[in-house]
Amino acid sequence: MDWGSIIGNAAGELISPTTAAYALAAIGLSVHFGYAGLLNFGQAGFMAVGAYAFAITTLELGWPVWLAILAAIVASVVFAFVLGVPTLRLRADYLAIVTIAAAEIVRFVVSTVNLTAITGGSQGLSGFARGFDALNPFGDARFGFGPWTYSGEQWWVRVFGWGLVLLATVIVFLLMRSPWGRVVKGIREDEDAVRSLGKNVYSYKMQALVLGGVFGSLAGVVFILPRAVQPGNYGTALTFFIWTALLLGGAATVFGPIVGAMIFWAVLSLTNGVIVGLRDAGVLPFISTTQAGQIRFILVGLALMLLVVFRPQGIFGNKKELSFNV
Amino acid sequence: MSDTQLASSPLVTGEIRAGVPKVDPILVADGVTRQFGGLTAVDVEHVEIPRGAITALIGPNGAGKTTFFNLLTGFDKPNTGTWTFEGSNLAGVPAFRVARKGMVRTFQLTKSLGRLTVLENMLLGAKEQPGESMLRALVPALWRSRESQIRERAEELLVRFKLDAKRDDYAASLSGGQRKLLEMARALMSEPTLVMLDEPMAGVNPALTQSLLGHILDLKEQGMTVLFVEHDMHMVRHISDWVIVMAEGRIVAEGPPDRVMSDQAVIDAYLGAHHDTDLGSLTEADRAALRAEAEAELEPGTEEKR
Repeated sequence: MDWGSIIGNAAGELISPTTAAYALAAIGLSVHFGYAGLLNFGQAGFMAVGAYAFAITTLELGWPVWLAILAAIVASVVFAFVLGVPTLRLRADYLAIVTIAAAEIVRFVVSTVNLTAITGGSQGLSGFARGFDALNPFGDARFGFGPWTYSGEQWWVRVFGWGLVLLATVIVFLLMRSPWGRVVKGIREDEDAVRSLGKNVYSYKMQALVLGGVFGSLAGVVFILPRAVQPGNYGTALTFFIWTALLLGGAATVFGPIVGAMIFWAVLSLTNGVIVGLRDAGVLPFISTTQAGQIRFILVGLALMLLVVFRPQGIFGNKKELSFNV
Repeated sequence: MSDTQLASSPLVTGEIRAGVPKVDPILVADGVTRQFGGLTAVDVEHVEIPRGAITALIGPNGAGKTTFFNLLTGFDKPNTGTWTFEGSNLAGVPAFRVARKGMVRTFQLTKSLGRLTVLENMLLGAKEQPGESMLRALVPALWRSRESQIRERAEELLVRFKLDAKRDDYAASLSGGQRKLLEMARALMSEPTLVMLDEPMAGVNPALTQSLLGHILDLKEQGMTVLFVEHDMHMVRHISDWVIVMAEGRIVAEGPPDRVMSDQAVIDAYLGAHHDTDLGSLTEADRAALRAEAEAELEPGTEEKR
């Protein structure tokens, strides 16, 4: 087995644009679930909305990058309102049902044959990142060190993606230590109590849904920059991978979603490398390459179960917070 | 009704009876009804709550006290009815606006915010916090001064309620009685004019009951009006200036505590109208009437609903 390349690949995943996208989406989910107690099972829907808004406005309307990003943000705000207006007055579980369905609706709509001219149907869209690549300030040369040696273009995607992660983290950090964060956390605990203290609970829940949704949408943009937009990527699996990353790090923590996403991808890459390596070495001859790729997700499921049993608060979570049955 | 009792009181104008007008009412409700399916849980024709006094709302289980509370505070919507608080109409006003107007409530099942600290619970109660707007929250300079003001007030109240040693603990770690105290203290953070306490003494040990009673009397001394729900008539006798009795959704009697306790309508409401009738001496017609009454009461869904 080539341990060098296995570990190198895993290390590369730590700062890959996909990891940044997962971290950003998980930060959005931490605003929803960790702080405001909103059960959003449709974060993949927000990512799809952002990705398609960015790609379509770029390809069809020829908008510059900043305007296309703005379009992604606006689209996710509208999406959040569509989800929130009918459900946020109801019990928390209704939002869960509606978000999971809405995310699937988005996925089916964009892959509809009749919309192929705009959304690319099941083929998806590509070639929208040229404007973004043109802004690359790092040139063409490869630089970096160890496993983190990339071309200027690759660095640009990474710097942009992690820059957004940093921005989102700072915003969440500032908000959650402010009185706004106190109200939102109070709503997570008991919204009637917060209502009885004169706070407009519905409005705060909507604000939290929009904020987390915008982060999800930006995650969608970062996610597609190094690849094409594929409707198949936005299934429920994506939502649950992001949940895994969030719970891994700790739901109501500032750095939890970031570290959770990093560990998620590094471990995924590591297990894949090890299993394929073992197969090639003849230790696991009964496994095909495809199966090797699937076994790692079985291991992810197992890891998530162990995590919930033995460390439900996540890596950064405060054990005390979860020791109460509230 | 006993005629030896005083027929009037400084709080009211005219003779004491259910729905009597008060000299200075803070809350006036008219024709408030709430039906759950076929059951009328609340049917209040007219009631006025006197300002600056402690008013107890008593009645047996299922009398509609909590439902009436929920209606007045905007947590539930009535089928009919209007009510005004300090002269402004509150019917159809959402709960958070009711609270902002200075009418703050607590809950029968205590609602402390478990994974917030005791101090954070308190700070949440304060009104007019600029930092509660999302954009301003991002710039601490815009809300620091208000934050330190309310923090000071919170610390004072925590000392008064003997919770200052717990200020940095999660509210979930408090005992049931301490949570009751926290909830009351948190409601006071908003500097209300009318405090509505839903069974403040439920499930609290006798020593803490005394302390809670003391705190309720304190509220009156500081110029607040108190309306509280309670089952226990003897608890009520100690501290209340005025007692309103509900049974089967209606207001059946009101008056000063001593007078109300001896009121036949109240005794009927608590013990049943036939508690002193000898069942052996009933005629067949009486039995039929009683049976019909019992069956009507046994209809499903007569339990008090939230």
